[in-house]
Amino acid sequence: MASLKELATRKDPLTGGHRMCPGCGAPIVVRQILLASKDPVVVVSATGCLEVSTTIFPYSAWNVPFLHNAFENAGATMSGVEAAYQNFKKKGKIDQHINFVAFGGDGGTYDIGLQSLSGAMERGHDLTYVCYNNEAYMNTGVQRSGATPRGANTTTEPAGKVSQGKVQWRKDLTEIMVAHNIPYVAQGIIGNWSDLTRKAEKAFSIRGPKFMNILQPCRLGWGYRPDATLELARLAFETCAWPVYEVENGVYKISKPKEKKPVIEYLKPQDRFRHLFKPGNEALLADIQAEVDRRWGQLLAKEAPRQGSGQ
Amino acid sequence: MSEVKPGWKTLPEGDIVKGGTAAEFKTGDWRSERPVWFPERCIHCMFCWISCPDSSIVVKDGKMTGIDYDHCKGCGICVKECPVKPNKALEMKPEREGSCQR
Repeated sequence: MASLKELATRKDPLTGGHRMCPGCGAPIVVRQILLASKDPVVVVSATGCLEVSTTIFPYSAWNVPFLHNAFENAGATMSGVEAAYQNFKKKGKIDQHINFVAFGGDGGTYDIGLQSLSGAMERGHDLTYVCYNNEAYMNTGVQRSGATPRGANTTTEPAGKVSQGKVQWRKDLTEIMVAHNIPYVAQGIIGNWSDLTRKAEKAFSIRGPKFMNILQPCRLGWGYRPDATLELARLAFETCAWPVYEVENGVYKISKPKEKKPVIEYLKPQDRFRHLFKPGNEALLADIQAEVDRRWGQLLAKEAPRQGSGQ
Repeated sequence: MSEVKPGWKTLPEGDIVKGGTAAEFKTGDWRSERPVWFPERCIHCMFCWISCPDSSIVVKDGKMTGIDYDHCKGCGICVKECPVKPNKALEMKPEREGSCQR
């Protein structure tokens, strides 16, 4: 694995001067993942915070080839670019290895772009799709998405007298991607650069479709001081609210926290969950803890067969 | 009617803009607080550099050399991630105070 000093010798994929919020996690995802690539990269991004804030005309914050793209077709666009590259390679017009990386927010990945992502994975294109997951449509003003966790306050499911934030549990996109039987699926956080760059390096070393789902706290939609972005992501890992794991050729490898903290330690610092701590919502909090425990147990059970076979 | 429809070779190309030009756009005036670097305490672990959302930690030859105040938005992540104890090598100062020092 490349050390930080080695990574620092590579060209920064993003310049400063983009208009992401102070303390935004999305550019951190981009920098840590793209710096892990030794080879040139071509990037496409689904519509979302990252796309609109890094490419405000006539500026572009990208030091790598970047394709502007619609909301629902990041997977399809990257498939086309990769197919063109394979054709050029076959004709001998290009011989260098290139990593193809598509970025999408949770809106562009869980909901709107799911069909094109699924198609790209099923067709087996050699690309890496990275979801920078901030658990709502932050760019358009914090509307709920399929990635929003239960109980979170959003502008379309606001907490108040009638409702206590989002009613449904979030869907498990990482498992949907595992079900595509692709060579590499990873779920991670931005608070641990060594884990994230290692996962990205591993993804780039594998040929075929790869998917990474990276939790990225959003200071605007989640409501916290901008300097706590990485700390909050680590709390999600430590409370198992956002498990960190990878699935290589169907084999699960789970990063387990030293001590599993109660989920309220992760919910408490965030404004979007503030209403859960009002009297009367104890049952909902217990419900959230129970669901986190249930999903964590379910995940651990998937790793078990590997340990049983003594590998 | 002998209209010739354009093929993919004759359709006009999409706009292509030069990369990396956002560097010309200064976002440093968004700050209300600025990180101030104390080189004598710095252990050059680069944690601030890999954690910066605005590519505003300047490094050269594996060492931190300063902060790009033209683009730093003052989020304070670098200060939070700095592992140096007991006094961090980066501290947040109110913008006015910071600029008077330099």
